[in-house]
Amino acid sequence: MSQPFRTEKGGRIDRGAQLSFNFDGETLQGHKGDTLASALLANGIHLVGRSFKYHRPRGILTAGSEEPNALVGIYRQGDQTPNMRATQVELYEGLEAISQNRFPSLGFDIGAVNDLMSPLFPAGFYYKTFMWPKAFWDRVYEPIIRAAAGLGKPPKNPDHDKYANLYAHCDVLVVGSGPAGLAAALAAAETGARVILCDEQAEFGGSLLSEDGATIDGKAASEWVAETIAALEAKDHVTLLPRTTAFGYFAQNYVALAERVTEHLSDPDPKLPRERLWQLRAKEVVIAAGAIERPMVFPENDRPGILVADAGRTYLNRYGVKVGHKVLVATACDTAWQAAFDLADHGTEVVAIADLRHNPPENLIAIAEARGIRVERGCVITGTNGRKRVSGALLGRVSPNGAVSSAGEVTCDAILMSGGWTPTVSLYSQSRGKVVWKEDMGAFVPGLHVQNERSAGACHGVYGLTETLADGYAAGEDAAKAAIGKTAKLTYATASGADAGTGGTLGDLPHDRNASRVKAFVDYQNDVTAKDVKLAVREGMHSIEHIKRYTTTGMATDQGRLSNMNALQIASTALAKPLTDVGLTTFRQPFTPTTFGTFASTSRGDFFDPVRKTPSHDWAVAQGAAFEDVGQWKRAWYFPKDGEDMHAAVARECAVARESVGLFDASTLGKIEVVGPDAAEFLERMYTNPWKKLAPGRCRYGLMLNDAGFVIDDGVVGRMAEDRFHVTTTTGGAAHVFATMEDYLQTEWPDLDVWITSTTEEFAVAAVQGPKAREVIAPFVEGIDLSADAFPHMSVATGTFCGVPCRLFRISFTGELGFEINVPRRHGKMVWETLAKEIEKHNGVPYGTETMHVLRAEKGFIIVGQETDGTVTPDDLNMNWAIGKKKADFVGKRGLARPDLVAEGRKQLVGLLTEDPKVVLEEGAQITKDANPATGTPAEGHVTSSYHSPAAGRSIALAIVKNGRALMGETLNVPMPDGAIPVEVVEPIFYDKEGARLNV
Amino acid sequence: MLLIHCPYCGVERPEIEFSCRGEAHIARPADPSATTDEEWAEYLYLRTNTKGVYAERWRHIHGCGRFFNAVRETVSDKFLKVYKAGEPKPDLDQIAKEAGK
Repeated sequence: MSQPFRTEKGGRIDRGAQLSFNFDGETLQGHKGDTLASALLANGIHLVGRSFKYHRPRGILTAGSEEPNALVGIYRQGDQTPNMRATQVELYEGLEAISQNRFPSLGFDIGAVNDLMSPLFPAGFYYKTFMWPKAFWDRVYEPIIRAAAGLGKPPKNPDHDKYANLYAHCDVLVVGSGPAGLAAALAAAETGARVILCDEQAEFGGSLLSEDGATIDGKAASEWVAETIAALEAKDHVTLLPRTTAFGYFAQNYVALAERVTEHLSDPDPKLPRERLWQLRAKEVVIAAGAIERPMVFPENDRPGILVADAGRTYLNRYGVKVGHKVLVATACDTAWQAAFDLADHGTEVVAIADLRHNPPENLIAIAEARGIRVERGCVITGTNGRKRVSGALLGRVSPNGAVSSAGEVTCDAILMSGGWTPTVSLYSQSRGKVVWKEDMGAFVPGLHVQNERSAGACHGVYGLTETLADGYAAGEDAAKAAIGKTAKLTYATASGADAGTGGTLGDLPHDRNASRVKAFVDYQNDVTAKDVKLAVREGMHSIEHIKRYTTTGMATDQGRLSNMNALQIASTALAKPLTDVGLTTFRQPFTPTTFGTFASTSRGDFFDPVRKTPSHDWAVAQGAAFEDVGQWKRAWYFPKDGEDMHAAVARECAVARESVGLFDASTLGKIEVVGPDAAEFLERMYTNPWKKLAPGRCRYGLMLNDAGFVIDDGVVGRMAEDRFHVTTTTGGAAHVFATMEDYLQTEWPDLDVWITSTTEEFAVAAVQGPKAREVIAPFVEGIDLSADAFPHMSVATGTFCGVPCRLFRISFTGELGFEINVPRRHGKMVWETLAKEIEKHNGVPYGTETMHVLRAEKGFIIVGQETDGTVTPDDLNMNWAIGKKKADFVGKRGLARPDLVAEGRKQLVGLLTEDPKVVLEEGAQITKDANPATGTPAEGHVTSSYHSPAAGRSIALAIVKNGRALMGETLNVPMPDGAIPVEVVEPIFYDKEGARLNV
Repeated sequence: MLLIHCPYCGVERPEIEFSCRGEAHIARPADPSATTDEEWAEYLYLRTNTKGVYAERWRHIHGCGRFFNAVRETVSDKFLKVYKAGEPKPDLDQIAKEAGK
């Protein structure tokens, strides 16, 4: 018969519902209501993993989310999710789990050799060992460390699961559904407050689910839980969230909850998400997170079969599982005695209760003696035996002066231990509250409050069932009063049994073994021993934050909930400083590991970032265009034909645009409508250029600086009317320019009568460029005289195009005759397709951003962000012509007079020609005087743009070079890995220097 | 995520609707050309960067679009006061005292 460690009766499992599951290839049986951990224990399996560093066999240590050892991979939908805590994985039919960090098998693991070599792996091992040679890092150390690091294997495929996200508000959030949490929820709900009660477990009740001895208001604890949940469920204003972890507490009572929706189901509804992220804003919070039991730090305290005592009691009372047949209980506090009594009452042999204290309470001793249990006082475990399962323990007698003498050996197949209780103050700490030390309890408890929260029950340092319930009711009343101003006094339930115990210990325990040879674990998950913490102190780590990072203690996924207090005491002793002077490390979010999927929610794939498309997008896709991302925009990059590569396609597009005509989608350019009586004055202040004399119907190139004097944007501005301007910006700068304009308008010059509106998305813009441009557009234009005299370069007019309203600009970013047709966006597709057909009559081409870049570079037109980097002035760009000299002020004018901006030796825009016309320089390459400059020689400048130019018949480049204008005709060098490339400094213009092609 | 009260909309809204634009009450000199290099550098670059009670500019960029000023305690992230652009700078010491900082 399977499940040899299952009790005859009792527990909350459904004994009628048997479930099959698979662990490391073996099929096993469990019951509905089991966790994977309890089902494994029922089958007598303690060994579930290998430890992180030493590959020591490890078993299930706890019954909760703080579990450090029992991390397994779970198969779901053909892939496995690593590092799931077996203590939280609910059993379902067909569940498949694998152990981790072992090769080739859990029973025989080659990595376990690390344990024998452990003297070679002290604290700070990585820092000490892999120092040199430096070249070994990339090829030797890092690959080895990476291969050995981590426990589980990451899944190989994209996450198949869905995740959901929701925002919620409530009056009172109660975290934790033990006695304090339930009482708080009852009290708060009674007032009519909107209450959310969440608990990380599948069932509400917390410690009450494994509390067999106590009664509340005369009822069994489990019965009281059921009635309480029913009462809460009956209220419409109460939301109950099981399997929901409050993992992060942020500013202004913003609490993040992760709800596990389908993970516990064997055949979940595919419409449902795996997890749901609740972004909750709670007016008031009650933290009822309970306390966790500390392991005792004695030599070999990590063998499979050694658990914390309350976990042993939980497995017995809640899951009907005995952790062993011969159990040794080692403790320093009262509560573990109850675990021993419960086990004895279920027929398990309790071989001894070894209490560190010399005088444990007499009433407990009497109960033990009545059950015939051997009691050892002033007794510690000094070592354990057994490789894959504990088989016995060495006992030691602690004399009042602290010396330890052997007290014999006992045989056992499980050990329950209890070093006392640590209040779970993680969420409270995340709320930025400051804990205070309670000497009498040997614990940190909540102190100063920063946010609207209060703790209740064990996490508040309140123990004993009646006291815990009272603390919970009071917290619920207080929270509701603060949230909605109402009170409703409930009669507090009272309990009998489950009284507060006494006792507890911190730090490592004394023993009579060779201290340098034994391992007493403090942080199980990171394999940190008491010895490591002491070594860190000896090596000069005196702050707990340093000790934590040097040893990695407390850096496990439980954020140190299990290990921190023991580590702190060991450090405190080693430093000979009071524990409170050593300090406590910060508890960070998340409280328990939270999947990336939960954070990402639906923001994946197409929903990760918005995609902006122009009206010609679909047409360009159909033409086989290659695209590039420009911010969120998808822009056609080039239009390859007949298997052309980019180089060939761009060369053809460039040539045709200059010979005949090219069509380019300029819709992405930023557009801002500036309107009002003071519109011209506003532009005078925002741009370097003068605007007041610009006549309606004319355009001007505008240069925008920041107040430091550096170029931040540029674009053509058309004056549509006396009080109305059509401003264009760079594609990438549109949002920033608009925000900057708003900033000055609202905060510096609120007296100006101007409105600005972003019209980027209102207009579709088709640029028609080339000698045939006028012929191409003429058939579709009405209401505008296109002749050179009536509509010269830098003109703008309104009319219709293909019968739709248009703003027609005669401007050019290519050096050719050019028009930009702005039509309402809804007509953009029609206009584009009309023009695309029309240019075919002239053997024209559509061209993309790459050709646009080449054509403008041939003319020496800058691109802000390419030729400029935020430290470039108009003078650096040879653009002093764009500055309105007579203006008293504009943004950047004062900055331009700063000493550094008028100093000699600034970098200036020049052209570069390589000696070999076929060599195209790399953009961003550094420029030096010497071909082989000495190491450390500062560069003279860098290449900003570089292309093969069809018009020039050779490579061309633009660059920013120190004193560049004075270096015309000189040779500089561009050092590259294969040797320096000599370049000649030339004027930054490579085609039609006179601009004759524009005036046609 | 912080909740911020917009003095123009009159409501609290989540932080993602806002953008912070640095220290408040740094007025652009009325006649920049009359400033010395030191004065201009101070206007451009020097900020108090207080640890404690600090007046700063915010914009309800994904809401009404308005710029306003807020007094924030930079350690606790608590907003102690919000007010419209153009209103005088409040007495930060007084606000700090009232907030018990």
